[in-house]
Amino acid sequence: MAIRFVNSKASLVLFFLALAGLFGCASDSSKQDRVEVDAKDIVVDDDVKSGMQAARQIFYSLPSPLETAMILKRSGADYNPEILNPVENISRYTTSKSMALNLGIYSTNLSYASLFDQTQASIKYMTASKKMAEGLGILNAIDNTVIQRLEENVNNRDVIMEIISETFLNTNSILEENDRVAIGSIILVGGWLEGLYIATSLVNDISSADNELVDRIIDQKLSMSTVIRLLEQHNDNADVRDVLKDIKELNTIYDKIQVSVSQIEVVADNSTTTTLRSKNVVSVNPAVFNELKDKVIEIRTKYIM
Amino acid sequence: MRSLVYIIFLGLFTVSSFTGTAQCKNFAKRVCRLDLAPFIHDGNYNAAILTEGEDAELFKTFYAGQEYRIAVCGSESLAKVEFQVLDVERRVLYTNASKNFAPYWDFKVEATQQLIITVKVHDNPGSSNSDKLESGCVAIMFGLKPD
Repeated sequence: MAIRFVNSKASLVLFFLALAGLFGCASDSSKQDRVEVDAKDIVVDDDVKSGMQAARQIFYSLPSPLETAMILKRSGADYNPEILNPVENISRYTTSKSMALNLGIYSTNLSYASLFDQTQASIKYMTASKKMAEGLGILNAIDNTVIQRLEENVNNRDVIMEIISETFLNTNSILEENDRVAIGSIILVGGWLEGLYIATSLVNDISSADNELVDRIIDQKLSMSTVIRLLEQHNDNADVRDVLKDIKELNTIYDKIQVSVSQIEVVADNSTTTTLRSKNVVSVNPAVFNELKDKVIEIRTKYIM
Repeated sequence: MRSLVYIIFLGLFTVSSFTGTAQCKNFAKRVCRLDLAPFIHDGNYNAAILTEGEDAELFKTFYAGQEYRIAVCGSESLAKVEFQVLDVERRVLYTNASKNFAPYWDFKVEATQQLIITVKVHDNPGSSNSDKLESGCVAIMFGLKPD
């Protein structure tokens, strides 16, 4: 099939844009410490300018493994190593999909263990995450110095959390840089589902009053649309479509749970932290909760096998 | 001949895009992340190259009991970067425009909420009457307050 220039003027503009980017690269490579992005004064015609201004980028952000673990702990969760994905399972993960899902799962296990000061488990799950990342070709995301830094800071939880945050950022950004955001979305969903699995595994009786863990599980209904839209952005990827199918099945159960959200009142008192005051009214019956729990177990079991 | 020029163009454009993304990653990691201290970065990467006049939106659920810092930063080449926090009905809960374009905002939610963060790169006043557009990296990062 012949490739034709539809609009030679626009193509010429893009050609010079590309050249500008290339020479920007060449000049920047000699300044390794430079961190700001070079701005290029680019001259474009009005049509191109209006087209660029009409563009809008949309991000769907899921709770990271670190945030998930912090929410779990804040909600009164205990540490239970029995429910985590054994590192011995690593050899089972040979496809991109299974490695991506289990990189997310192990990252959540790592964050969960770290927040409960489980040093040996943290090192074990960081090593497992490293292997999954390497399997996905993300060689620089978690290097040996990361494991060493973990070992050197076993008694400093803040430093350990910083290390986890940094490795997750590396993983995400390397995937984005290499145009592999679909894999990145699967990692995020794997980590998010593991958080839901840990939470539901730790709840035996939803009728007990004032159970914050139950509240946080139900809160995930508010994240369902974000999870679905995140995956739908990469619907051209077969692995993403598989995961999306599972998530939609989970969503049909969340649809049976009613969450009514009141209008938010902004309370900015003298402190530096603003409070967004509102109240959620939730309606869920035990049968639906158990159905939700069973579905989470079913999907998670499929992912770790 | 035209096909050859087209292939060369595609190659150059790919290289320039890749470079822009890599620079954006470094900018987010080495510059924006510092705005989050003493909060701990959640580890997620939300950054893109934006051109003046462009905007972006981010959807995220914020959980009851957790204290958050939203930090939005743009590279030096850009004029002011405005960010707003909206509820799902798109009511404005916060805008940094009323705080002299402060780069971050600390808040907590009493009940778990999905919120929308909008980011807009303002036009550069110095080039408002010309055809010049500035582009640069804009990152939206979230910090979590540890116990």
